[in-house]
Amino acid sequence: MVNLKFFAVLKHLIGKSELSLDVEKGTSLEELLEKLVKDLPPLKEGLQEGKILISVNQEVVERSYLINDGDEIAFLPPFAGG
Amino acid sequence: MGQGNIRIQTEDFSIEDETVRVRESSRRIGGIVSFLGTARDFSKGQEIHKIDFEHYPGMAEKRLAEIREQALQDYDIIEVTIIHRVGERSIGENIVLIVVGAEHRQDAFRACSWCIDELKRITPIWKKETTPKGVVWVEEHP
Repeated sequence: MVNLKFFAVLKHLIGKSELSLDVEKGTSLEELLEKLVKDLPPLKEGLQEGKILISVNQEVVERSYLINDGDEIAFLPPFAGG
Repeated sequence: MGQGNIRIQTEDFSIEDETVRVRESSRRIGGIVSFLGTARDFSKGQEIHKIDFEHYPGMAEKRLAEIREQALQDYDIIEVTIIHRVGERSIGENIVLIVVGAEHRQDAFRACSWCIDELKRITPIWKKETTPKGVVWVEEHP
């Protein structure tokens, strides 16, 4: 089981801030994204535009990352603090 | 109200209290530079009525702590405090405060400038502006 987190505009577009999913061990982030974008079109758009960063357990990762059970995977729109 | 050098909070901060705290951290401090970011009422030709800040709890604090540590390593400075407010903010309210203490002013100026640039670049904080035409999630950070 992994926990997905959506923030800011993504949370607004998707309509939820969290989602739990069963993912087979050894699945790459890229593979998970392929499945997710089918169900979550706003995510597809943001990812295609290269605007969204992805973090696992609060560290930004590449899409080749292999998912582990219990990972917290967050989708981060462009930052705008300050 | 928190007392640490790194804070994300809804409540306001006291610029004077934070400046005194940095000044009192070391008797070697000879110059303090601070940056105060506030909520302005106009952006990209649009009037703004209010601003909402959202952050990723845990990760945002980690990034701020890393910025502080990196600044202490890379610049000849003595202490750094970084505070960012979140939640619904009215126009004119305080948003972000960075206070840097150093022996000499030039190091404090450079470090303070680097800290706010880095905060905008790597810290998972988001801003939603409410305008007469609706809400806008801000994507740029000039």
